[in-house]
Amino acid sequence: MSGKQAILGRIREALAHPSHPEVRTLAGNGERDVEKARAFMPPGGETVEERLQNFARLSEVLKVELVLVPDLEAAKESLNAMREVEGWTRIASHHHDLSDRLVTGLQPDLLWTDDQPGIDALERCEVGISVCEALIAQTGSILVTGKGCGGRALSVLPPHHVVLATRDQLLPDLYAGYEHLRKTYGDSLPSFISFITGASRTGDIERILVLGAHGPKRLTVVLIG
Amino acid sequence: MNKKTHSDELLVIKVRHPALHFLTSLLMTTPLSKFKSDTTESTVDVDHRLWMQAALHGYEDKRGGVETTFGDFEEAKKTAAAIKWEAIENLGTLLESFSDKLESRGTKVCWASNGKEAVDYILQVCRDHGTQKIIKSKCMTTEEIHLNPALQAEGMEVVESDLGEFIVQLREEEPFHFVFPAMHLKRDKISAIFEEKLGTEPSSDPEELTMIARNLMRRKYCEADIGISGANFGVADTGMISITENEGNARLTTSLPKVHIAVMGIEKVIPNMEDLSVLLPLLGTAGAGQWMTAYNSMIGGPRQPGEVDGPEEFHVVLVDNHRTRLLADPEQRDALRCIRCGACLNVCPIFKNIGGHSYGTTYQGPIGSVITPHLRGLQSYKHLSYSSSLCGACTDTCPVKIDLHHHLLRNRRDAVREKGGRMERFCFRQFAQVMSHPKLYRGSEGLMRLGAKLWSPLEGKKADPLKAWTSTRTLPSPAPKSFHRQWREQRGGDS
Ligand code: SF4
Repeated sequence: MSGKQAILGRIREALAHPSHPEVRTLAGNGERDVEKARAFMPPGGETVEERLQNFARLSEVLKVELVLVPDLEAAKESLNAMREVEGWTRIASHHHDLSDRLVTGLQPDLLWTDDQPGIDALERCEVGISVCEALIAQTGSILVTGKGCGGRALSVLPPHHVVLATRDQLLPDLYAGYEHLRKTYGDSLPSFISFITGASRTGDIERILVLGAHGPKRLTVVLIG
Repeated sequence: MNKKTHSDELLVIKVRHPALHFLTSLLMTTPLSKFKSDTTESTVDVDHRLWMQAALHGYEDKRGGVETTFGDFEEAKKTAAAIKWEAIENLGTLLESFSDKLESRGTKVCWASNGKEAVDYILQVCRDHGTQKIIKSKCMTTEEIHLNPALQAEGMEVVESDLGEFIVQLREEEPFHFVFPAMHLKRDKISAIFEEKLGTEPSSDPEELTMIARNLMRRKYCEADIGISGANFGVADTGMISITENEGNARLTTSLPKVHIAVMGIEKVIPNMEDLSVLLPLLGTAGAGQWMTAYNSMIGGPRQPGEVDGPEEFHVVLVDNHRTRLLADPEQRDALRCIRCGACLNVCPIFKNIGGHSYGTTYQGPIGSVITPHLRGLQSYKHLSYSSSLCGACTDTCPVKIDLHHHLLRNRRDAVREKGGRMERFCFRQFAQVMSHPKLYRGSEGLMRLGAKLWSPLEGKKADPLKAWTSTRTLPSPAPKSFHRQWREQRGGDS
């Protein structure tokens, strides 16, 4: 008998005895209506303005640098300024309408993950610039996928992750994030999906917060519009 | 219930002479005797105990702040409980759909009935790839099945990438708390072990210490042949595992090496992806008091066509290892709903005083005390059901509303039912008789007073039949007149 059949058999046998009613009432009498539960969770915001407010407030708590710019020109300028200040010499990004327009020309030599440059080359970059699938106002999270945002490593390997986003990408809550994924990808979801909430962090030593444990030390969101 | 009421009092445990302690520890080898000697040791260091309690309080305080941002935290908990309830009640169907979905996108799924099958499978995958170096991100299930020693025995290098896990790995000790493995160590100890094992300069700066690990680990991710991770959830409808972490080490572990193996208990499966919109915030809030943990990632296969990176191979190892035994218990199967947030450890007065190592289990604290007897044997681990004040703080705090303290009582009952002493049963039957018959009770008062008088010269002596009890406690002597009697004398009439 295969391991699968053995385990499924034991599960069937075990569940043949229904759960004790007392345990059920003590511990499990809620309703599994996840859409209704949105009201129980932290609020995301009805209007774009409210969402932006929530996202900005959480970014501050999470130590995410939020840069609000009116248009592409201004976004380009702010990227240029970051390059100057931080002295970027090696920049990694990926092809996408937004990044093509903003990153191209930032520097003569650019690493595009679409060309599959390899881990070592990417590891040497000071910054990874990617787009995102959505921003989540409720949690201050950035939704990225391997398919739409330049792969799995681009947003975690370089020490600084810069996210390019537009205002219409601000969604109220996680639930809306999942809806968005289903709408965009249907049945063929990317093999990697991540909600990024703040820069990489650890509190493993005496509960003292240290940023940049293994992933990016800095996380910047350039929000256009 | 007020959180402050069941937190701070220190347990008074009598300390034995160190020499005696050493001798007894040589003789003691059962989980119970080890528990006794370890708790004795860990409770002696009052400074450390207070320090640890302050740390645990920190998580609680932070959690309190975040809870208020929820629309309705209690209702959110109820929904989370309902999600996990449904998952456990439909475990078979969900696991099948989870596995089918994964396989349809090129993932290899292994169903392991026990730890050995899981370890054998993983070893085989490693051998097939001529593996020398393995990078791991935090996974309690692999601790449970003792994976690391098996891999090391074959000459493979295994590095734990989570900072806390890495520290305890260097120190060659078990995690102290299954969410915060190195929370018992102050920075000087961490600096010392880095100095000893990695040859780095001493430092008292947590940031510097963290950077030592970061820099070392960077090389390890790039060199590793295989990455091994755990999973916090298995999403049945999309066929994805979900991993929650703060450091980014799990993302690197699962992205860079050519092969990724995820090891998870069968109880981790949930019905739909959307369920995570409730579970993820609760997981971050309940245990660590965070809004959301920094990275909540889903992985649904190896690199797919049209993707630029990711492992070429992805394996998911589903581990039973006696979970179906717990599932077969209609009263306690709900303990399988645990999402391992660690909140029940943070609030537990026992954990606060004895610390995680004393439990001698993979899962510490109240949830560990509930499930370990099922996973490893009721008789050997029944003592854990007694290491509880039954204050109910754990049940209160649990984000999926597991009835933890009642489960401890159920374990006690089952242990006695299965193998209670005949004398004990006899005594309790007599006790029940006396207590339920007022006449008998009144009659026995005189007997008790007489017994106490006859016994008192023996108190604490060798011949004392109650010695086991009286060696650390004083038996109060019965009042000369019972309450009943005083009532009758002073107020007249019958009671
Ligand atoms: S039993 Fe509840 S509180 Fe304890 S770790 Fe599990 S989910 Fe968290």
